[in-house]
Amino acid sequence: MSTPLILLILAIIAIVCYVVGTRHALAIAGGVSSKLHSRPGYYGTFVALCAVLPAAIILAVWLIVSPFYINSTVLGGFPEDVRAKSQAEQGLAFGMVSSLARGMDVLTLDEIDSVGADPVALRSALGAKGLPLAGDPEPYMVESAGDLNAMNKISNRLMTAIVLIVALIGAGFSYTRISHRFRARNRVEKVILGSLVVASSIAIITTIGIVLSMLTEAGHFFGRVPAWEFFFGTVWDPRFAAAGATASEGQFGLIPLLLGTLYIGFVAMLVAVPVGLFSAIYMAEYASPKVRGVAKPLLEVLAGIPTIVYGFFALTTVGPFLRDISSKINGIATGDFANFIQAQSVLTAGFVMGIMLIPYVSSLSDDIITAVPRALRDGSLGLGATKSETIKKVVMPAALPGVVGALLMTASRAIGETMIVVLAAGVAARMQLNPFEPMTTVTVKIVSQLTGDLEFTSPQTLVAFALGITLFVITLCLNIYALFIVRKYREQYE
Amino acid sequence: MNMLSEAAVEKALDKKMNEVAYKMIGKDVSVYYGEKRALFDVNLNVRENTVTALIGPSGCGKSTFLRTLNRMNDTIENCRVTGKITLDTDDIYDKEIDVVELRARVGMVFQKPNPFPKSIYENIAYGPKIHGLARGKADMDAIVEASLQRAGLWAEVKDRLHESGTGLSGGQQQRLCIARAVAVSPEVILMDEPCSALDPIATAKVEELIHELRANYTIVIVTHSMQQAARVSQRTAMFHLGQLVEENDTDKMFTNPDDQRTQDYIMGRFG
Repeated sequence: MSTPLILLILAIIAIVCYVVGTRHALAIAGGVSSKLHSRPGYYGTFVALCAVLPAAIILAVWLIVSPFYINSTVLGGFPEDVRAKSQAEQGLAFGMVSSLARGMDVLTLDEIDSVGADPVALRSALGAKGLPLAGDPEPYMVESAGDLNAMNKISNRLMTAIVLIVALIGAGFSYTRISHRFRARNRVEKVILGSLVVASSIAIITTIGIVLSMLTEAGHFFGRVPAWEFFFGTVWDPRFAAAGATASEGQFGLIPLLLGTLYIGFVAMLVAVPVGLFSAIYMAEYASPKVRGVAKPLLEVLAGIPTIVYGFFALTTVGPFLRDISSKINGIATGDFANFIQAQSVLTAGFVMGIMLIPYVSSLSDDIITAVPRALRDGSLGLGATKSETIKKVVMPAALPGVVGALLMTASRAIGETMIVVLAAGVAARMQLNPFEPMTTVTVKIVSQLTGDLEFTSPQTLVAFALGITLFVITLCLNIYALFIVRKYREQYE
Repeated sequence: MNMLSEAAVEKALDKKMNEVAYKMIGKDVSVYYGEKRALFDVNLNVRENTVTALIGPSGCGKSTFLRTLNRMNDTIENCRVTGKITLDTDDIYDKEIDVVELRARVGMVFQKPNPFPKSIYENIAYGPKIHGLARGKADMDAIVEASLQRAGLWAEVKDRLHESGTGLSGGQQQRLCIARAVAVSPEVILMDEPCSALDPIATAKVEELIHELRANYTIVIVTHSMQQAARVSQRTAMFHLGQLVEENDTDKMFTNPDDQRTQDYIMGRFG
């Protein structure tokens, strides 16, 4: 039976169990549901869960484990000479076998008979059915394909039988447990609690998975290139991955990229922090509810604009504007109309990224400022402080830890930003301090190292993972530090 | 003796009234929150160096009236005040009056202790700094010490002046807030249920403090507790449904009030 069909049957079993369980519980209580420990629906749910949950778990485990077992058995059945070949070639052979197996399912018995044991005829017969094979199958492959099909069939039948039997046993067993004092509600709630725990652990487990996969690949990279050359190298020049080349050709210095990342992030924060904070203060303290009602959502819409759009803005408007204005200033000052700001520059990227970050800063800070209790403001105003004195000396100091936390989180966004930098600051990895010249960041280089046709064994590609893990660690540290600050200095208002 | 004419009595009373020094005079004070009217033409005078208690059931307008006395109602949207309130001779709702200056003269202590999240010293020094009352560090130290002394808190905190004010107990926090208000040398101190968040022992201390402060300041206190009003005040004003029902000597108020509603409220028949 196919998996969707089994799932459908399980669903039907669940519904039936629910109805039957509920009725049975009511019948035991003689129709007076208050005599039961739990509401009748809980008994129904309990029966349904007992029937379906173990069966579904078995189904899932079976679906994951059985292919491994079958595949290794089939591989083990390959002739000696094939098994002596490399892993990759065995993989190719197995691919052929599994296509054959799929094809043999499609062919009718008559067709298989007519083809007989002739691999070439088999290939053409399959081709006619729309199942092209990569090459002529060898006789042992046909045999293995037959084994594979047979085993799959047995496995499937066994699975169907076991799953359905387990479901029925679960249903029957739980049905007999129903009684007046049986605490069905507590059991059901435990299951619900369990599913909540599972849901929340998925995010954590995924994070761990991401880190591990990056670590593995980064480990491969550091096997090729010494770590100190990566972390302390001052030249970024990875070259191209030459076919068959095994030694590292280029230089993989992290410093120029890190410097670019921090520099552009710094310029962005220079724009975003004052503007964002001032707008937050205006929104929280001065704006009338009407203005706030309009302006705050508008500002938050800004946060929803994809960063590539900001990139366009930088590329077509801000960059050329800065370039032209610099050439005019230069002309007035020295008579030489050469532009000293490049169209793609740290300044352009930082400025536009800063604009992108304004809504984050202002929205987060606004929430924090509004959370400062009114009693503190009243206390200050009651002492004869003006509104601005109150904000400067009472509200902002009270909100400061939260605001600093918000700023650190914003900074980690700035560090992770890619699209604006590609379009506004270019891709040249350079080490310099002139904000009017192009630079580039870690994220941009990750993208460019992983774009195009790749060989996943060259250091040119693997370096992306080393960059990624570095970036991950930096932003993780920033975020943890932000959380730490927020927790440590959170005032005990409550 | 009984034949002493009523007119003579009136005259004698008037004479006595005229001798009384009024610190603040409220005339036909009405307050509106948007469309809703919260106070109806209240005429209430506050005597100098006297504790005046405002009592009445919840929502009767006593806190609202208190807040009109230093214009804290200005911080509430849609709030409108009509009538006239004078402090000494100045109309406090006059355009010429700077609200900042007014609040320096009429300080306020709130229901919940609200020390700033700063050190004890900084809490006290906050007001004097804003108003430029201290000349140099030594002067400021003196102000801080004097204010804490007045609030009866000095002995308890003199060794920890630079620890956070929020670390004190509730009662200490409230006395810190009183010290903070005292530090700007106001003429009047308004207290909005200053003991409602405190335990009985802390309450007793604050009440004692109010007694002592009376020598130097004019105090108006809103309270829900009639015992407290009886203990700390010399004059009591009873509010009901936004109207001033009666204002009288506290002793008279609690033994033989003029108005039936006061009688009922004090006896616990409503409110």
